[in-house]
Amino acid sequence: MSALPSLAAYGEVAGKDVIEHLRQLARRLKGIRVVHVNSTRVGGGVAEILNRLIPLMNELGVNATWEVIEGTPEFFAVTKSFHNGIQGFPVNVSEKALRIYEEVSRHNAERLRDQLLSADVVFIHDPQPARMMMHLPERKGKWIWRCHVDVSRPHRPVWKYLREVVKGYDASIFSLADFAQQLPHPQYLIPPSIDPLSAKNVELPAEEVRMVMEEFGLDPSRPLLVQVSRFDRFKDPIGVIEAYKLVRQYFPVQLALAGGTAVDDPEGAAVLAEVEKAAEGDPDIKILLLPPDADRAINALQRAAVVVVQKSIKEGFGLTVTEAMWKGKPVIGGHAGGIKLQVANYHTGFLVHSPEGAALRIRYLLNHPELIVQMGVKARSFVREHFLLTRHLREYLTLMVSLIHGDGERIVLR
Amino acid sequence: MAKKKNGKPFELMDCALITLATGKRALNLRELRDRISEIEESSLYYHFYENLLRPSFDDPEFRNDFALWAKRALHDTRLAEKLGTLNPPSCCSMDELRRMLVDVIEDQLAEREFVPWARPEDEFHFLTSRVVVFDTGRRLNTWEELGRSVRGMSTGSIFYHFIEARRRPPVELDDFSAWLKQWEDATAAVREGLARVDYYFWTLSELRERIAKVFADFPDKGEGR
Repeated sequence: MSALPSLAAYGEVAGKDVIEHLRQLARRLKGIRVVHVNSTRVGGGVAEILNRLIPLMNELGVNATWEVIEGTPEFFAVTKSFHNGIQGFPVNVSEKALRIYEEVSRHNAERLRDQLLSADVVFIHDPQPARMMMHLPERKGKWIWRCHVDVSRPHRPVWKYLREVVKGYDASIFSLADFAQQLPHPQYLIPPSIDPLSAKNVELPAEEVRMVMEEFGLDPSRPLLVQVSRFDRFKDPIGVIEAYKLVRQYFPVQLALAGGTAVDDPEGAAVLAEVEKAAEGDPDIKILLLPPDADRAINALQRAAVVVVQKSIKEGFGLTVTEAMWKGKPVIGGHAGGIKLQVANYHTGFLVHSPEGAALRIRYLLNHPELIVQMGVKARSFVREHFLLTRHLREYLTLMVSLIHGDGERIVLR
Repeated sequence: MAKKKNGKPFELMDCALITLATGKRALNLRELRDRISEIEESSLYYHFYENLLRPSFDDPEFRNDFALWAKRALHDTRLAEKLGTLNPPSCCSMDELRRMLVDVIEDQLAEREFVPWARPEDEFHFLTSRVVVFDTGRRLNTWEELGRSVRGMSTGSIFYHFIEARRRPPVELDDFSAWLKQWEDATAAVREGLARVDYYFWTLSELRERIAKVFADFPDKGEGR
C-alpha cells in the first residue's frame, strides 16, 4: 500500500498559500490530543474523509487518532433506523431496540475509555457512537458531535430521543444551516470535502478509463450516465432508471449505477434487489456492486460519464456530486441537502425534483455539448476553491482553536 | 536590501472563519423584519460581508444575503433590488444599516396586501461566525514589497486587511492604506487607487487581483525604499 500524500502534495493542487495557512493555524494546536470516533473504517463518506484527515492533522503537529466502535447486526439495525428517522422517514424504534443501542454504547465507552478521557478534543461522528459520552461523566476534553446526515426535517420521536443524547456535547457540527437544530450549545456549519489525491479523485490515464469501461461492458462510443452511491432508497436509484428510460427514447445512452454496501447499512441488499428488478431486461443498464477498494474504478466511471446524476431525495452533503464536479462533469442532482449548495442551475448542472425533470435536463445537456464543457470547467474551479480536504481541515483547526483559546466571536492569536 | 522608510513594518495577519447557526430563522417577510430588528450585530455583519468567505454561486448583483433571499425565496426582484442597493461602506454603523434594512422591509410590507412567504426548505437562516486572527510572522518593510506580496496572500489576509480592517481604528480605512500613509505624497496615488476599489462587489480572489493591480499601476519610484 502506498504512503498517503503529504501536505506539500496537497499544496500542488490547492495552492501553497493554503498549506501555509494550515501550518500557521495548527501552530496553536501543537501536541493536543484529538480523537475521532465513527462506526465503520470502510464504506461511506465519513470513513473516506477520516482516512485522510487524520494523517494530515498529525503532520501538522496535532496528535490525532481514529477509533471505530464495535456493534452487533442488531445494533446497526437500530442505528440505521435512527439514520432513516433523522432524515424524516417515520420509523418505529422499540424500547428493546433502544436498550440494545444503549448497551452497545456502554460497551464501547468502556472499551475506548482511556483514549476518550485522555483527549483534549473528541469528535463523535453521527448517532452510532454518540451515546458513549453519557457513560463518561468524568470527561474533561471538549466533545463535539459531528452530524453528517440531513436532519432538516427529522421524524420527531427519533429526534427527541437523540436530542437528549447529544445535548450534553460542547458543540455540534452540521453540514448545512438547514440541518441545525434547537440545541443548547454552539452549532458550527462545516461542509465535508473530497480528497483530490485519493484513488477516487486523482487524474487517470485515458487508457485506464477505457479499460474500466470495457471491464464493465460499457460502450465507449455512446454517452454514459453514471450515478455513484450506496444502494439506498434516499438515493432514488429507481428514479434514475426511470429518467434513463425517458432519455433513451431520444439518445442511445447507457446507465451505470455503481455502489457498494457498508457494514452499518443492513438495508443495502434489499434495495439492490429492487434496483435489479427495475433494470431487468435492459443490457444498457449496468448495476455495479463494487467492493470498498474499487476507488479507481469509480473514478474511471465518473470520468467516462458525459453527465453524472445524483438524484437523491434526501442527502447529507453528496460527496459523489463533489467528486463528479472535480472531474469536470455537470451534475443532475436532486433538490436535497448539500446538493443544493453545490449544483447551481446553468453553472454546475441542474437541480431536479423528479425523474422527468432529470430526463429533461439530461436531454438538454446532450443537445448542448458546449455547455457540458463550460459547466465542467466551472464545477472544477468551484470545488477547488471550496470543497477540497484542505478547506475542511482548516475549518476543523479553526473550530479547535476557537474552542480551546476562547469563545468570543473574534479570537486574536499572537 | 530594501529598508523601511520609517515607522513599523507591515505585519501580515491572516484569519480563518467558521460559520455558526444562530438558531434564528425566518419563513416570511414579517419574520425577517422581526429577526433583523433583534439579531446580534455579528450576524448582520456576516450576511453583508463574511458571506464572501462562504462557498456559493450567488448572483454578484445582490451581495447581501437578505437581497438574495428576497429574490430566490420570495421571488420579489423589486425588494431584492432595494435591499441590494443598501451599501454598507456608505453606512455609519451596523446599527444604521439595521435601521435601513428594517425601513425597506416595512415599506414593502405596507405596500402589500399579504405577507410573502418562502417555501419551508427556503427558510432564511441567520448565521454568525467565529473568526480566528493570527500573525503570519511575515513583515513587509517597503510598499514595493507589500505590493509584490499581494498576489501571494491568502484570501483570509485580504479579508482581514482590506475589509475587516474598516471596523477597526482608523475606521473606514483598509490596513494597506493606513500603513502607506507614512510615505505621505509618495503613496498618495496608490492610496487613491485602493480607495477606488469597490470591494463590495468582488469575490476575495478577484479583490486580491484588483489590489495587486493597483500596486502594479502605481509602482514605487524609489520613495518607498
